[in-house]
Amino acid sequence: MSSTGEKFLVGIFDDEDILLHGVEGVRDKGVKIHEVYTPFPVHGLDEVLGYKRSRLPIAAFLFGLAGTILALTMQIWMLGFDWPMIIGGKNFVSLPPFIPVTFELTVLLSALGMVATFFIVSDMKPYKTPRSYDLRSTDDKHVMAIDLAANKLSKEEIGQILKANGASEVNEKNF
Amino acid sequence: MQATSSVRESLITGGKTVRDVSEDISRHVENKPNRLWWIAFSFSLLLLGFGFYCLSALLWEGIGLWGLNKTVGWAWDITNFVWWVGIGHAGTLISAILLLFRQKWRMSINRAAEAMTIFAVICAATFPLAHMGRLWIGPIWSLPLPNTFGSLWVNFNSPLLWDVFAISTYFTVSLVFWYIGLIPDFAVIRDRATRMGSKTRAAIYNALSFGWDGAAKTWMRYESVALILAGLSTPLVLSVHTIVSFDFATSVVPGWHTTIFPPYFVAGAIFSGFAMVLTLLIVTRKVFKLEDYITIYHIELMNIVIIITGSIVGIAYITEFFVAWYGMVPAEFYAFYNRATGPYWWAYWSMMTCNVISPQLFWFKKIRTNIVATFVLSIIVNIGMWFERFVIIVTSIHRDYLPSSWSMFYPTLYDVGEYVFTFGLFFTAFFLFAKFFPVINMAEVKSIIKSSSEKKH
Repeated sequence: MSSTGEKFLVGIFDDEDILLHGVEGVRDKGVKIHEVYTPFPVHGLDEVLGYKRSRLPIAAFLFGLAGTILALTMQIWMLGFDWPMIIGGKNFVSLPPFIPVTFELTVLLSALGMVATFFIVSDMKPYKTPRSYDLRSTDDKHVMAIDLAANKLSKEEIGQILKANGASEVNEKNF
Repeated sequence: MQATSSVRESLITGGKTVRDVSEDISRHVENKPNRLWWIAFSFSLLLLGFGFYCLSALLWEGIGLWGLNKTVGWAWDITNFVWWVGIGHAGTLISAILLLFRQKWRMSINRAAEAMTIFAVICAATFPLAHMGRLWIGPIWSLPLPNTFGSLWVNFNSPLLWDVFAISTYFTVSLVFWYIGLIPDFAVIRDRATRMGSKTRAAIYNALSFGWDGAAKTWMRYESVALILAGLSTPLVLSVHTIVSFDFATSVVPGWHTTIFPPYFVAGAIFSGFAMVLTLLIVTRKVFKLEDYITIYHIELMNIVIIITGSIVGIAYITEFFVAWYGMVPAEFYAFYNRATGPYWWAYWSMMTCNVISPQLFWFKKIRTNIVATFVLSIIVNIGMWFERFVIIVTSIHRDYLPSSWSMFYPTLYDVGEYVFTFGLFFTAFFLFAKFFPVINMAEVKSIIKSSSEKKH
């Protein structure tokens, strides 16, 4: 991989509680955190990092709504208008028998649409090789990456702040 | 700060650390499979091969090879379909409903249970597909696609069509839910492979992990996706067997035409699904030495679910019988009287023994915490659940309205063969899953290590 000249300082944390306090402490000192990589979801991490709540539930609702509309339109049009058929002397268009298919398509579109949105907004695809700041970040270490170009403080100063806030190791990583 | 309750038993034993979780679970993917795995896998391939022969013959000659006749037009095919769909209910129930209820014990078992769900639904689908005869056009005609007859659309008033939508949606959503859960764990194996210098494995698992990086932002979105998928899957799980029961309940056949079917089928599905999860996990924890992750406590909790759902099923059987008598419809009462005392009495009483009496043994703590007893009873429950479907389906139709049409059903080699085919398919798929995929959700288990492990911090 060709070098992009980006320089990062990587703080390694051994425990999720130390990490949560560490993130708060580092941010209090005015250091901008690029991102934190954890092996499992750490509750409260998004709050201390100041992330806004995900809007994926809205996407799920809209896709679900699309599924409901699609299913009802399809069934009413097909059996009511395009080719009406007498089945057991029942009405061409009656809502109760259309409910199961409507429900299933609502769930299907909502789930698939939301997951597709998740992959797109998170830039996840099978042919992507993610940047790894430390290979242990999927095993047992929590990794805090700090972009040196985005911070005014020097490398040494940030390193000291990381150590003071519970980092067990501080490494440099260049891309 | 983590609060640890002293009342609850620990979910992860052996003083495991976060690192041990990666090691213990990934090891099976990285190492060559042991001899036991090869024996089990070869045996499943053998079943699959024999079943494949029977299925091919069936597709070549037509479904006349089955033992169906004019009176009994549905027998093993639909029995096996309902049985497999029922088994496929536990996985998503464990991962979705137990997630919404914040039951942490689901975390060690949800991965394998969901895999089982997906394979069971595939097995179920083979029966209606084969029953349609012409496999190359049947599935197309069951979808609302434009065709050269008009377009003559599918009948949206038919519960059989609702089934097509319910099963395919259930399969797709369960698959997506399962896969979403697998993504961070594939990344664990990828990063371990990179550290071990195995480039091919790293590339394969990177593609499987969709380039997962474990960023806090991705985790935040990921948790949101998992929660909504759980919310969507919860009514979905309940809808699937409800709609399967509509196949019978909306007909006017005595013995089928009952409003109790949807809840009774759903309870039965969870009952048989948990039994199958137990059968598989007791073997898996032994073969892969996962006793610290799937503990006796997990087994006990699953057995409690079996007592509850088994008792619901038992009450449903008795209610059905009572209503048939109390409703004073002679045809309806005869259908039930014939079930218990007619030529299929042995199937009825096998069902009653296996489903109503045997799960009650789990009231004894000694039995529900005993692995051998649980294993045996879990198989008995699924035998009982197979008989339940057979009893509902065949005994309701084998005594037609005219005594001259009365008949019996005798399975042929091809009825048995296709059932064997699905067993082969199910176990082959499960063993491949157990070898190549992490069988326990590492990310979730790691997140509870601190609060639920024996180790004191």
